[in-house]
Amino acid sequence: MSGATKARSSAERRVLDEAGGLRAMTWVMAIMLFLTMLAAALGLATAGAARLLDRQLAGRLTVQIVEGDPVRRDGAAARVLAALRAMPGVARAVPVDRADLTRLLQPWLGADGADPQLPVPAMIDVDLGDSGEAAAVRVAAALRRFGPAIRVDRHESWMSPVNDVMRTLTFLALALVMLMASATAAVVVLAARAGLETHRATIGVMHMLGSTDLQVARLFQRRIALDAMIGGVGGGLAALLVVAFIGVRLHGLGSELLGGVTLGGIDWIALALLPVAFVVLATLAARVTIVRALRHIL
Amino acid sequence: MRKRRYGHWHGHQAGESGRNHVMANIVQFENVGLRYGTGPDAGPETLSDVSFTLRSGAFYFLTGASGAGKTSLLKLLYLAQRPTRGVIRLFGEDAVVLSRDRLPGFRRRIGVVFQDFRLVPHLSTWDNIALPLRVAGMPEADIEQPVREMLAWVGLGDRADARPATLSGGEQQRVAIARAVIARPEILVADEPTGNVDPDMAERLLHLFESLNKLGTTVVVATHDFHLLGRIPGAQMMRLDRGRLLDPTGSLRYPPTRPDP
Repeated sequence: MSGATKARSSAERRVLDEAGGLRAMTWVMAIMLFLTMLAAALGLATAGAARLLDRQLAGRLTVQIVEGDPVRRDGAAARVLAALRAMPGVARAVPVDRADLTRLLQPWLGADGADPQLPVPAMIDVDLGDSGEAAAVRVAAALRRFGPAIRVDRHESWMSPVNDVMRTLTFLALALVMLMASATAAVVVLAARAGLETHRATIGVMHMLGSTDLQVARLFQRRIALDAMIGGVGGGLAALLVVAFIGVRLHGLGSELLGGVTLGGIDWIALALLPVAFVVLATLAARVTIVRALRHIL
Repeated sequence: MRKRRYGHWHGHQAGESGRNHVMANIVQFENVGLRYGTGPDAGPETLSDVSFTLRSGAFYFLTGASGAGKTSLLKLLYLAQRPTRGVIRLFGEDAVVLSRDRLPGFRRRIGVVFQDFRLVPHLSTWDNIALPLRVAGMPEADIEQPVREMLAWVGLGDRADARPATLSGGEQQRVAIARAVIARPEILVADEPTGNVDPDMAERLLHLFESLNKLGTTVVVATHDFHLLGRIPGAQMMRLDRGRLLDPTGSLRYPPTRPDP
């Protein structure tokens, strides 16, 4: 920027009293953007986790052989396993180790969980090559001939309530982002109107000197854009720090489910673009408000 | 769009394009009436059947008692107000039906000295005076010299950085005048420009207007100070009384005469 241009833009900014440094508008924008970015991060992370869950659960089945007699149970399990491995569309079929089952039951049954007489069902983990619903239905139908002791559970159906909650959270976050953007635009409109009222005398002089509405609007939109930018950078950085901190904490939990609640590269870029979008939104809202208001002044 | 002329002040000689030079009609009022408010809130007519013609490059005094309608007439002249009825022709165009988009272009051709100065309080003397040039989009590099000359012209060279609040009434008046004339308007409208200054300063300000007039600007000065009226040779006078121009023919008189009490 040349010295003359700098002097000019600085002089134009001074037409609206800019004393006071950081104004309330800056803080409002910082808070709005902080909250919006947290909501957006929540939405992006839960959407990512839901996608990951979908990928992990799609095409996965657990076959249970519910039989009280251990001998008949183990025999049926072997037949079912053999049948599964022979089925087209089954990528993998692995019996769940008895020791693993005992370990899973330990929190509820204690040492009794290891009793070999305990009628614990045999289980087989199955991965289907095709993650579509039709493949799972086909396998379940094929296993029906082994009798009523065979139960097929799709992992997707176990986790669908969790997935639904995640999708709800994602939409809720999206709605929050939209609401915050609307609220920000409303705040800008109010601020622009208040500014117009505060500077009515100056604007009157500007008009009498031959200022166009766009020239006057530019003074306001530049000022509001500056406020939004300062607030956006402050609020955005704070939000990114909080999001990064929560990400580290979630990762530290070691939970397979919560571990999926992370942000990918595109998510971080989307978050970083939010302040820019807010500055553009604030600038446009200010411009439209001022130009529309000035139309009522001669 | 008409090309503006932002000449430097020292480059012009008195009489170069003065009132004896071009005498085309620059302003024409025909049966103009003005009433503030509308509907049941409408007040009485502030101006009634006002008709007159201003010639380009001439010097006019607008006189009348307080409340006679001087300020309202000037507002019509500098396009701050539209009339309730009648025709106003400005620079050869019908100003009554002028679209809002074209107002800025017309206003840049008119300099206004407001009765209450209306300086921008946050701006320095320098920036207040430079404002019309910035509004007109003049490059910053070209603004410095005219502003410096204007400051010298109104005797405020040492107050360039002062804010209006720190200036005396007379100094503020001079800043307002400098701001009104820096863009070399075709018409200068001044509302009681000597109302806040002592007689010596009033005379100096009148000389400023006269200098501008000699450069070709049509000057209209509203005042109720009759001591000033005879100080500008060739100036003509319009008298307003309760919203009516006293001379119904619109032909303006010189030498000015003291109005009826």
